[in-house]
Amino acid sequence: MTNKELLSKLKTIITPYVQNQVGLENLTEDTDFIKDLEINSANLVDVILDVEDEFDIEIDNEAMEKMLTVKASIEVIEDKLAKK
Amino acid sequence: MNKERVVITGLGVVAPNGTNVSEFKNAIKNGRGGIRYLEELKTLKFSCQIAGYPIYKNDYLNKYFNPIQLKGLNASGLEYGVIAGVDAWKDAGLSISDDAKSPLWDCGVIFGTGILGVDKFREAIHKVDDGNVRRLGSNTVIQTMASGISAFLGGMLGCGNVVTTNSSACSTGTEAILMAYDRITQGEAEIILAGSTSDSGPYVWGGFDAMRILPYKYNDNPTEASRPMSASASGFVPGSGAGALVIESLDSAQKRGANIYAEILGGHVNSGGQRNGGSMTAPNSEAVQRCITKAVDNSGIHPDDIDAINGHLTATTKDPVEIQNWCKALGRQGADFPYVNSLKSLVGHCLAASGSIESVATVLQLKENFIFGNINCEDLHPEIASIVHRDQIPTKTLDFSANIIAKASFGFGDVNACVIFKKYNLM
Repeated sequence: MTNKELLSKLKTIITPYVQNQVGLENLTEDTDFIKDLEINSANLVDVILDVEDEFDIEIDNEAMEKMLTVKASIEVIEDKLAKK
Repeated sequence: MNKERVVITGLGVVAPNGTNVSEFKNAIKNGRGGIRYLEELKTLKFSCQIAGYPIYKNDYLNKYFNPIQLKGLNASGLEYGVIAGVDAWKDAGLSISDDAKSPLWDCGVIFGTGILGVDKFREAIHKVDDGNVRRLGSNTVIQTMASGISAFLGGMLGCGNVVTTNSSACSTGTEAILMAYDRITQGEAEIILAGSTSDSGPYVWGGFDAMRILPYKYNDNPTEASRPMSASASGFVPGSGAGALVIESLDSAQKRGANIYAEILGGHVNSGGQRNGGSMTAPNSEAVQRCITKAVDNSGIHPDDIDAINGHLTATTKDPVEIQNWCKALGRQGADFPYVNSLKSLVGHCLAASGSIESVATVLQLKENFIFGNINCEDLHPEIASIVHRDQIPTKTLDFSANIIAKASFGFGDVNACVIFKKYNLM
């Protein structure tokens, strides 16, 4: 899976939780889920579960704590996919 | 002392026979019920395989919930309560404040339930038992906490006054109305969305089926199953749904130029202490009579002023006792007894939601000048027939302009609530 495909899938997953649409339109690797997209912090666990389902991976608590930006999330997903 | 006058300015309902106020009003006027056979209950080996539950298409929820709220939503009582509550709010001409503004400090929510999100809880139990607690997601708590319903409504409407959920079994809805009334008369709030909701489904109704207090001979004939006041009454039909009323100080309603449905004169809430004939499941008659008498006194009216009663009347063997209690409390019987009806003949017993749905029906009767007919009591119970004239228990809807209607609800735990509604007049 290319980085671009991964980003596109991640964008689809987070879209329903985003409360700042401008942030979503300007999505980059540096986008922060809470600061830029105003995703409710309680919903971050739902994003993680959706990621698990989409990529058929399991994300442990430590990895989950890192997934606050697009870049960090992609790194975690790539790492888990490589270990599959 | 001059009490602050309190009125009703908005209604919302999600009932087995109508999922909005106009559908519901037409249904009760025309004797159309909402009790149906459920294949699922047969598969699960229930004795009683019928129930009253609201029906709407899934996409109807898009009008009320945003996509995040809808994700993983599996709590029917939460759906019913939000639909009824938001409808009532809009019906009262109140806007839904956007989240950028400060909360509405004078507006609150008192929305009761017996138990919330049972299906969601079942989902969670399975995951937990499978060692999969990490997969519960963020919405298990908010859909299964009892106060989930008031929390959802409070957030949607931006209320900044009391936001709470009361729970007193089958008197929950009527109690919520009186809690709202009290808070407004105390000057602590201007507007309170009051109501109650109850989940659908086998996990809510199963416990009652196990108690053998539901009718089991009407699985082929659901519309005739719920028989309040009838000689052949054989138990209550379980139901679900939600009712909501916007309760407001007259002062605030007048300032807003709001449409006024009716006035609340007062009421009373009490318990029989599970003494003197009262128990966990049966009411202490002395307490019921006292509740009615106190409600009448608190409202500053005479028992003769009551034109109609909307009873609790569930279609168990206790119906004659309830009628007797009304007779004693009001000192009225025979042809002098007020008109009396029970919504449960049409929709079954909506449990925690019954008090609010039935109060919506009561208020509609006052506003639109009718008394809805009771179905399934052509064979009036002889003990009732001996104390109340047949004409006072209409089987067809009457054109009648009632001025005052008393509504009571009684619940497990030997708890009672009685509220007195009056047609609204300026003076």
